[in-house]
Amino acid sequence: MDFSNIPILSIVTYIPLVGALAVVFLIPKEKTGTIKAFATFVAVLDFVVSLPLWWAFDRGKDGYQFVEKAEWIPSLGVSYQFGIDGISLVLILLTTLMGVIAIVCSYTAISDRQKEYYVLLLLLQTFMIGTFCCLDLFLFYVFWEVMLVPMYFLIGVWGGQRRLYAAIKFFLYTLAGSVLMLLGIIALYFYNTSGFLGYKGLGNPATFSIEKLTAVAQQMPPELQVWLFFAFFLGFAIKVPMFPFHTWLPDAHTEAPTAGSVILAAILLKMGTYGFVRFSLPMFPEAVRDRRVIAVMVALAIIGIVYGAMVTLVQKDMKRLIAYSSVSHLGFVMLGVFALNMSGMQGGILQMINHGISTGALFLLVGILYERRHTRMISEYGGLAKQMPVYATYFMIMVLSSMGLPLLNGFIGEFTILQGAFAKNFWWAFFAATGIVLGAAYLLWLYQRLFFGEITNPANAKLPDLTLREQLTLLPLVILALWIGLYPGPIFRVIRRPSEKIVQIVGGATAEAPALAEKTAAPGASGGGVAARP
Amino acid sequence: MTFAVKASDWALLSPEIFLSAAGLLLLAISVLIGKEREEFLGYLATLSVFVTGALVVFVALRPDRGMPILGGAFVVDNFALFFKALILLSLVLSILASVKFVGQAPYPGGEYYALLLFAGVGMLFMASGNNLISIYISLETMALASYVLAGYFKGEIKSTEAALKYFILGAFSSGVLLYGLSLVYGVTGTMGLPELAKKLAGAERSNLLMLGILLILAGLLFKIAAVPFHVWTPDVYEGSPTPVTAFFSVGPKVAAYAILARIYYVAFPKFHPDWGLIVALVSAATMILGNIAALLQTNVKRMLAYSSIANAGYALLGVLGFRTEWGLWGILIYLLAYTFMNFGAFTLVILLESRGYAGESVSDFNGLAQRNMPAAILMLIFLLSLAGLPPTAGFIGKYYLFAAAWKAGYVWLAVVAVAMSAVSLFYYFRIAAAMFFSEAAGAKVQSSYALTAVAAVCGLGTLLIGVLPQPFIAVLKSCVLSP
Repeated sequence: MDFSNIPILSIVTYIPLVGALAVVFLIPKEKTGTIKAFATFVAVLDFVVSLPLWWAFDRGKDGYQFVEKAEWIPSLGVSYQFGIDGISLVLILLTTLMGVIAIVCSYTAISDRQKEYYVLLLLLQTFMIGTFCCLDLFLFYVFWEVMLVPMYFLIGVWGGQRRLYAAIKFFLYTLAGSVLMLLGIIALYFYNTSGFLGYKGLGNPATFSIEKLTAVAQQMPPELQVWLFFAFFLGFAIKVPMFPFHTWLPDAHTEAPTAGSVILAAILLKMGTYGFVRFSLPMFPEAVRDRRVIAVMVALAIIGIVYGAMVTLVQKDMKRLIAYSSVSHLGFVMLGVFALNMSGMQGGILQMINHGISTGALFLLVGILYERRHTRMISEYGGLAKQMPVYATYFMIMVLSSMGLPLLNGFIGEFTILQGAFAKNFWWAFFAATGIVLGAAYLLWLYQRLFFGEITNPANAKLPDLTLREQLTLLPLVILALWIGLYPGPIFRVIRRPSEKIVQIVGGATAEAPALAEKTAAPGASGGGVAARP
Repeated sequence: MTFAVKASDWALLSPEIFLSAAGLLLLAISVLIGKEREEFLGYLATLSVFVTGALVVFVALRPDRGMPILGGAFVVDNFALFFKALILLSLVLSILASVKFVGQAPYPGGEYYALLLFAGVGMLFMASGNNLISIYISLETMALASYVLAGYFKGEIKSTEAALKYFILGAFSSGVLLYGLSLVYGVTGTMGLPELAKKLAGAERSNLLMLGILLILAGLLFKIAAVPFHVWTPDVYEGSPTPVTAFFSVGPKVAAYAILARIYYVAFPKFHPDWGLIVALVSAATMILGNIAALLQTNVKRMLAYSSIANAGYALLGVLGFRTEWGLWGILIYLLAYTFMNFGAFTLVILLESRGYAGESVSDFNGLAQRNMPAAILMLIFLLSLAGLPPTAGFIGKYYLFAAAWKAGYVWLAVVAVAMSAVSLFYYFRIAAAMFFSEAAGAKVQSSYALTAVAAVCGLGTLLIGVLPQPFIAVLKSCVLSP
């Protein structure tokens, strides 16, 4: 497929926006059925339009593809520039898929102010896709910030009891992080042009192009790189969220409506890790190589893994439990990324997708139960397996996927990450592995308390099993989990080039690492061919 | 000092002359018109501002516009033209936002509009003031009209209190300013800004001169309500009639920034390093105190008062950045953005006044999303912009200001600024939360045509500058001063 004449990324990005405007202006708010149908149509259309990217994407090529460029604010050197590499590609596809699921899972869960709800979901969709497409730092910042607004309202209007607190906490935390990033961006801008403080600028024409600024940033003196690394760090670390910046997450996740939690877990958290991979690492390699920086990053990642898992163990609220498990899982991603080798990087990126699938699905499942019983307390349940066998099956698959059982997606990601960490330092891998053990503990224990034994609570005696619609929201995620678990080759192939490049820039590359990741990461796979597909 | 009045002077001063005449005429007409037909006066005032605007355009097109006027007392350069346009914008928005309000008030409307126009005349002169004395007189013209406007609700204690406070503190600050001017004159023996710059270029720094420069600064910081000269603001803003508050928060501040920029950029560039640290400290204190105090407010007008104090702190970053071109760019674009977003926010307060005079609380906004969705969305845009979030005018403005501080070497101040900018979201979004999360408290909200127009213009401006800033930036860059 040839997209050279079509601004395919802009189309994918703005379909939901156009859809949202259409809902605002064309559909009266009483017609909730029409609104739902139309919103679903828009999301599905967006997904379908985004799918060809997977095939049209040239896996063998370096750099960005489907690039679009236009002037935006020439006075500042800001351009409207879109383009993707393998990492953004998989995240965009995950986003468009999750967009459909988020809308479909809300049909019955959301009963008031439906028009606003679906408009906000569609808007959020546009902003998230745009963030992954940006090749201009200024534009990236715009999307990055504006994304907070619809999420704030989704939590605040349709959330649980403490929604106001959770909404503003989410907004303030993420905003506080990103404003420092703005200063980092300004510093980069001046370094590229006329200089600032004692630093003599390079005297280049003003630009915010990520490609150009990356090259510029790499030439900065190491101490400046470290400063800027930490300016960007806060913005991304809060979003990930890394320990100790994670406290907004349990509140936001718990209070958000189901679709909000799903989007938060599946996509929004990935913005942080994506930021590290796209900006922090390639822009500030000197800083990343700095032993102190590595020590801090890896320590925070490992604390996140272990501490997150331990806190997860003691949660009584299902949503809170899964939220804290995200802290642990995202710790794995960060560990992989900061192992600075091929396995770690690829594993980290794959684990971003995996976490989106597994945790997104778990939030969906909890939401389904919540809709029936209106409580998230684990102690309220028990013995559900008899009453809801289909539900129990889906839940089991996702629990196993989340805890990293072989043949399912989580295993591939965690294994590859541990491999990367092990290659760097035995103890990193050792501590991280305890997180896996704890993960198995909290997830299986959760499962046991929800599903096994007798039904003790009479309120659970007549719970209906999954409807067809609910199964349809889960099925794609189950298929993806199985596919990645059995045959992760295609995803590894898509993310290999950009990962190689980043690892090469940060200077931790080993020649055999990519092959190793390919071979060992696909235990049940029928061969992970290296050659790119035609 | 002797000089001949040239014919071109009359032409270049035509906007000010026309607006003064229009104000006087309005006063005369108001005697003939009954209370029930006062709306007509409002529209007449609007019309006269538009004509003044046309005259500004006429001046802008004249090739001789850069010439000194009245022996160098005034100059109409691009910088002045930009501020004149901005002042007229805030003036016309104020008048339109007042029409309904003044019509319902139990006081004569003619003097209200006339005073607004006179304040406008003072501000227009301020924009082009090029001589310490002419600047001072223009400032006082504006200030006197403002004092009376603050007390327009003369039967209300709060309004009278506001006027008195404003007057006493304003008079005091004018005294400080005048003292500073006289010291500078005493040292240099000249009043014209360009002449001052020339004289000072070779001058040694002396304590007397520094004191003069600092006193001028203090007087002007009072006008823009920077900490520690801000204490009058919340009371005056709360006590004044809301359209007047809206006007105060924009018009006089913009004009004060015009003279602050002109005096310090044109006359005292040599001493930037000397007053830089003071401005930096004032700016930091203003941002911190303004934002923290705003967190604690439940009255919307007081909250917006503290927010405007905080905004003065941001704009001071631009003053700091005068050593590079970023400072002036930052001030110009931020003031443009600020005019739209701040006035817009006040317009919504005017729209929602439910408990009569000065009883505006955050809960007035409860459930606005269900009572009037477009109004709620407009308010949201203003709040986002005030908090400096993209894609709004406030973000573009703040970007330039932060860049100016960074470029001027005040990294710590830039960090304070962004941190406080994040804090500000908390109180701005209390209003957003009230609008969207609370249950509807009042009836559906009906807007008048004039208010709708004002809110729409502000909303459009806020979004347009945020989404397509290029044309605005291009114009602004041609409006900077040359030192």
